[in-house]
Amino acid sequence: MTSDNTRPDPPAAPRRPHAAAYQIGGFGLLHQALASSLLKFDPRVQARNPVMFVVWLGALITAALTVDPALFGPTSASRIYDGSVTIILLLTVWFANVAEALAEGRGKAKANALRQTRTELVGRRIAESGAAEIVPATMLRKGDIVRVERTEAIPTDGEVLDGIAYVDESAITGESAPVLKEPGSDVSSTVTAGTVVVSDCLLIRATANPGESFLDRMIRLVEGAQRQKTPNEIALTVLLSVLTLIFVIAVAAMAPVAIYLDARINVADLIALLVALIPTTIGALLSAIGIAGIDRTMRFNVLAMSGKAVEAAGDVQTLILDKTGTITMGNRRATRFIPLPGFVEGDVARAAWLASYFDTTPEGRSVVAFAEQSGGRGDLAPGEAKGLDFSAETRMSGTDLPDGRVIRKGAVDAIVHHVMARFGTPEPRELRIAADSVATQGATPLGVSRDGAIVGVVVLSDVLKPGIRERIVRLRTMGIRTVMVTGDNPVTAAAIAAEAGLDDFVAEAKPEEKLQLIVREQSQGHLVAMTGDGTNDAPALAQADVGVAMHSGTNAAKEAANLIDLDSDPTKLLDLVSIGKRILMTRGALTTFSIANDVAKYFAIIPAMFIAALPGLSGLNVMRLATPQSAVLSALIFNAMIIPALIPLALHGVRFKPAGAEATFYRNLVVYGAGGLMAPFLGIKLIDLILSVPL
Amino acid sequence: MLPQSWLQIALTLLAVVTLSIPTGRYLATITMDRKSWVDPLFNPIDNAIYRLIGRATATQPMNWKTYTFHMLATNLLMAGIIYLILVLQDHLPLNPLNFAGMEPLLAFNTTVSFITNTDWQNYGGETTLSNFSQMAAITFPMFTSATTGFVVAMAFIRAFVAKDGGANLGNFYRDLIRFTTRVLLPISLLIAAFMIWQGSPQTLAASITAHPVQGGTQTIATGPVAALETIKHLGTNGGGFFNANSAHPFENPTPLTNLVLTILMALLPAAIVICFGEMIGNRRQAWVLYGVMGCMLLLFLPITVVSEQAGTPSLVHAGVALQATPDQPGGNMEGKEQRFGIAASSLFAIVTTSFTTGSVDSMHDSFTPFGALPMLMGMMLQCVFGGKGVGFLAALVYGLIAVFVAGLMVGRTPEFLGKRIEKPEIILVSLALLIHPLVILAPSSWSIAMPYGISALGNGGPHGYSEVLYAFTSSAANNGSAFAGFNGNTPWYNLAIGIVILIGRYPPIIFLMAVAGSLAAKQTVAASVGTLRTDTVQFGIFWLAMILVVGALTFFPALVLGPVADFAAMRRGMTF
Repeated sequence: MTSDNTRPDPPAAPRRPHAAAYQIGGFGLLHQALASSLLKFDPRVQARNPVMFVVWLGALITAALTVDPALFGPTSASRIYDGSVTIILLLTVWFANVAEALAEGRGKAKANALRQTRTELVGRRIAESGAAEIVPATMLRKGDIVRVERTEAIPTDGEVLDGIAYVDESAITGESAPVLKEPGSDVSSTVTAGTVVVSDCLLIRATANPGESFLDRMIRLVEGAQRQKTPNEIALTVLLSVLTLIFVIAVAAMAPVAIYLDARINVADLIALLVALIPTTIGALLSAIGIAGIDRTMRFNVLAMSGKAVEAAGDVQTLILDKTGTITMGNRRATRFIPLPGFVEGDVARAAWLASYFDTTPEGRSVVAFAEQSGGRGDLAPGEAKGLDFSAETRMSGTDLPDGRVIRKGAVDAIVHHVMARFGTPEPRELRIAADSVATQGATPLGVSRDGAIVGVVVLSDVLKPGIRERIVRLRTMGIRTVMVTGDNPVTAAAIAAEAGLDDFVAEAKPEEKLQLIVREQSQGHLVAMTGDGTNDAPALAQADVGVAMHSGTNAAKEAANLIDLDSDPTKLLDLVSIGKRILMTRGALTTFSIANDVAKYFAIIPAMFIAALPGLSGLNVMRLATPQSAVLSALIFNAMIIPALIPLALHGVRFKPAGAEATFYRNLVVYGAGGLMAPFLGIKLIDLILSVPL
Repeated sequence: MLPQSWLQIALTLLAVVTLSIPTGRYLATITMDRKSWVDPLFNPIDNAIYRLIGRATATQPMNWKTYTFHMLATNLLMAGIIYLILVLQDHLPLNPLNFAGMEPLLAFNTTVSFITNTDWQNYGGETTLSNFSQMAAITFPMFTSATTGFVVAMAFIRAFVAKDGGANLGNFYRDLIRFTTRVLLPISLLIAAFMIWQGSPQTLAASITAHPVQGGTQTIATGPVAALETIKHLGTNGGGFFNANSAHPFENPTPLTNLVLTILMALLPAAIVICFGEMIGNRRQAWVLYGVMGCMLLLFLPITVVSEQAGTPSLVHAGVALQATPDQPGGNMEGKEQRFGIAASSLFAIVTTSFTTGSVDSMHDSFTPFGALPMLMGMMLQCVFGGKGVGFLAALVYGLIAVFVAGLMVGRTPEFLGKRIEKPEIILVSLALLIHPLVILAPSSWSIAMPYGISALGNGGPHGYSEVLYAFTSSAANNGSAFAGFNGNTPWYNLAIGIVILIGRYPPIIFLMAVAGSLAAKQTVAASVGTLRTDTVQFGIFWLAMILVVGALTFFPALVLGPVADFAAMRRGMTF
């Protein structure tokens, strides 16, 4: 292979460890979470979660009752009983704190690691005079020129002005394979602060002021995405708060009635009833679910501009996919040789190999590879032949051999023209038939000629990415429509769309047409997601409900998008949909579970409260709980224990199988609705049995 | 229980369902301005009214804010007029018995009660009101309050199909006029004639002096009863002409009138659901809602019927035959009319509370504790069909919450009829959900703790609490029926009940109209396989569960301390 190889080879440097965030886990994370869970007892933190705040306030009151059981008048409750209630309530709050702290842990570690990277950055600023001085990154301004040598970290976001080098972006993306950076190209000239040059040296013009770099943004996002509640989360919080308020009213309203009925009830019992009724399960885990969802996104190496963006991904109804890179491997490849009459496949392979030997385009390389694979390696002594690289004018590549053979390969028309002009051979009839049949299958035919004879046709086709068909099918079962956008002609586009199983396609599309397509889909009431990397994708990314920019893309694209894929893998959009869905599903499932739980708790606590004054109500004690005290405590303990039991579910999300809405609804309704109704009856009874075992 | 008793109930309900379908479709032609065969008859009438109030007033498109504003303003104006009529009736015509003007606090309570479709009565009609008051201050708002509830529900439904972002949810005045002239008036005329035939008086004379055989004289109160009686049921109002309400032989003379009035109460609330299906172009959705409401009715009804037939331990002890035979009804007949019996009285009681009408043909205070429990439940949920329009809206409050939770469970931002249910809707709907328990439980408990609250009770113990609870539940649900043992005509109850009625009526309507505005402004999202359909049996079950679990859990403690404790005590031989 002889090409203008001025590019450096990828360095075989020892792999740097991944960003610290990916190393922290297990014990360290747990330790940290336990510490921060205690800090969360701060009432200012608790007040942000109305449901748990009520539990926290309840614990204060029962704590006061533990000190003086007769605080609100004569009572039958003992100090031990009030104390037990207090401890269980505090545990309930603590479990919620632990859930949140566990969810936050990984994000915090990641943010710390990034911040560490940022503080260490220094840059070699090149003055107009050409003099270099080392300054901290915080002194670099937009437009400053810096030079970054091998093994140095790039101090600022910038554009490569000169030099070609491999850059290790693992601090940002977690991907250890270095990336080539060079000036001039839209995509690969962009460098990010915090990444490390691992070969050669780059001259960079800063494109961001301090505090505005991608690294700064990333730190803000990793931290900020956790603090901001999404609109959906706020809506659910409001609903849960109102339910809590309703139960506060319902329970508080009992007190005067009890006095009127001469039924003395314990304040601790009232608080226990209230805490058991309010939706503490979902209230305790709600923020953990959202944070864990963002964290899952992050571990997928996707940076979310907000939690809302991740949830919106779950709502998407139309996915707009670029053909190249998302559905197909990228460039077209040789997949078949069709000999014309008088030749065999091996002739075509050999001729194609010879003709492509000097062709440096990816298509050319794929012809060589495919020919060699099918045993068609040509006989060529290097240095003897004269190569003709592919050019847009000739639309051909080829080789003139020392023995005088003239081998050409190229667009069918170009080859026909070539043999006619140079050898006077007319176009064989069979060529047109073969070429047309290839084109209708969505592939591209290339003619191959040896001297004056057209030997056959090379079929170049788009190769689907592995697994893409299955993914499209899964999307369809979830009700998501897929639309492919391609610059190909309609015939090729239709064939690929059919092969991949897509719902629709737009052929011969210019980049601007993506925007029109999105607007059109949205006007039909669809929520649209798309991926993009170029500057001309930016308006479409901004218009889409979910826009995913590739990290390898331009800054304009990254700023317009609401998700950034650090791996630059467009197919990830498909995974994002399921992450978004799982966040919502987990919220819905645990809310249902939490509300369904209340039924059993009523039957445990109400008869216990009025056992003395209204003995007739003992008929409601359907679980046959041993004593009033054990009934109330069992309900409360169940209520508390269910939180840690469900933390793994909250952090991992409920099981997600791509299926239609009806099937998913039915499944979750049975598991979390009916399950939520039954579980506490069993759980409370079991705890009651344990509590009533004589010590 | 005799089989014919169940058959009687089943046939009545069947009649309701059968009649509600064509009625609902007819309602849809009115609200959607579709051509109808009645147009030649009613267009001239309506046009005359439009000319009177100015055609522009009756045609300008209204968004949710203007619609709600005009509704509130009109209600306020009418309330002012009604209040003045009641207070000044001694200076007004048609007062043959020379009743004095109503005391201001009672007049406030009565005005609020009738303008809101509640019809709670802290007065006895035949001993307090002149015929003019009965007609202008009682019968008149029975039309307008029913219409108000209906038209806001229609404006709400229009939000789902709005094409203009909610700039036009209809015109309040046009809706008001068309519903009155094309629905309420014609049916009222027809049924009033029937009532007169059956023996209801319709006269401007105030009383008849009778000379009974045992000597002496007896004054029998009368008046324009038939007209009031008809709209009282058709409009789910419930305020009686006489203190005894529909147990009075002039208000409800025969078993046949009882049957017709029962059907009449249920007709329009059930028809509104059908109308909803026509308006959104999805009959399945309407039938799912109809099924949800119907299931609750079928759940509650037998509890009351069976409890009443079973009687009480004291009755057993007294040697009363509780078994129904062709000769006698058996069961707990205390407070019930012999001409109606157990089945018809129980059905009437459940229908009047479920459809939040509030008229009574038997004394609810005298029902057994478990017989009364479903009545309370009906009013606490207020969407077992519920009152005109507002029952439908109450069901949608639970429905939107159910959609929200169910939608989350399938991993999508929830949608209902193509509209995404998001933060603003959930906040408004949550507030609407909060009001009902707040205005029932807080004043009940306050009253039971205060001497001026307890003094009004006719009974003690849990039954006494049931009376207060019933009073505020009935007011909050704009029902108006009462546990008769309770004397509400005290300053505290006049004021508290009046305020509860107002809060129970207007804020939820305002919140829901705001939801309508918000929904109408949204683009309709196209449905896909990933969209959770809400017109399925599955979703109906979830909707029902949401109503029962959230609604019932809220009121469970109160019900336990009232009827359930009452029942438990009764079983042990204690009565209050």
